[in-house]
Amino acid sequence: MFDWLFRYANPARFMGLSGTLLPWLVALTVLTIGTGLYLGFSAPPDYQQGRTVLILFIHVPAATVMEMAYGAIVIASLFSLVNRHILADVAARTAAPLGAIFTVLALVTGSLWGRPTWGTFWQWDWRMTSTLVQLFLYVGYMALWSAIEDETKAARICAVLALVGAVNIPIIKFSVQWSASLHQGESIMSGGLDKAFLAPLLIMILGYTLLFVTLWLVRIRTAITERRARSLMQGVGA
Amino acid sequence: MSMDLGAYAAFIVPAYGITIVALGGTSLWVWGAWRAARAKLAALEKI
Repeated sequence: MFDWLFRYANPARFMGLSGTLLPWLVALTVLTIGTGLYLGFSAPPDYQQGRTVLILFIHVPAATVMEMAYGAIVIASLFSLVNRHILADVAARTAAPLGAIFTVLALVTGSLWGRPTWGTFWQWDWRMTSTLVQLFLYVGYMALWSAIEDETKAARICAVLALVGAVNIPIIKFSVQWSASLHQGESIMSGGLDKAFLAPLLIMILGYTLLFVTLWLVRIRTAITERRARSLMQGVGA
Repeated sequence: MSMDLGAYAAFIVPAYGITIVALGGTSLWVWGAWRAARAKLAALEKI
């Protein structure tokens, strides 16, 4: 079933394919984010929030990629545990710092948006607290990787941590439906967002996703190159 | 209008500023690490 995936999971093939894709990804990322920002800043002010609605176009994409990055870690961790594939370990490890950065951005921009709309920077409700827990999960995951010297052992233990932490993803997603909160409910799929805001928002989400994929591919390429350099050094030393 | 200017100064500019610095900085860090790894490998391959 995953034969096609394993064909490209070969590090040499991955380097070739990602090298071809990267210039296109960079161009698409710049184009998409540029278009999203242009349309976002051209949109009229919200009748309640005024211009602070502009924060929507950077907050929601950051929060989306925060969850997406963790989803990528979970899938890579599954492949790591089941198939023991070295590229799955590298993919999981390299996605974590990027996910953590997008989580920080979701928290900070959300807080800066919360003050003018709710009257407070922070509330200990399910959505905000589970997002903070997500940041701790990312930091804990990275710390665990760094704490264990044996890479194979670290990969197994971190994969288990990632799978256990996956329980937080549905909590973040559905928390606004489960409990009363200052945070607004789901508005993209429910049609609660005006077209003037929806179009730039969706384009920005795509742009942020492309940015994450681009940075992630470069990080995986870097990790593969560093491994090659390490094995060459061992050869030189021997 | 004045309220919009206040919103820009207090919330919108900081939110966008932090985003630009974080994502720009991350991109530079990722790119720099890639260049360094490639240079190291190239130097080792010459030995």
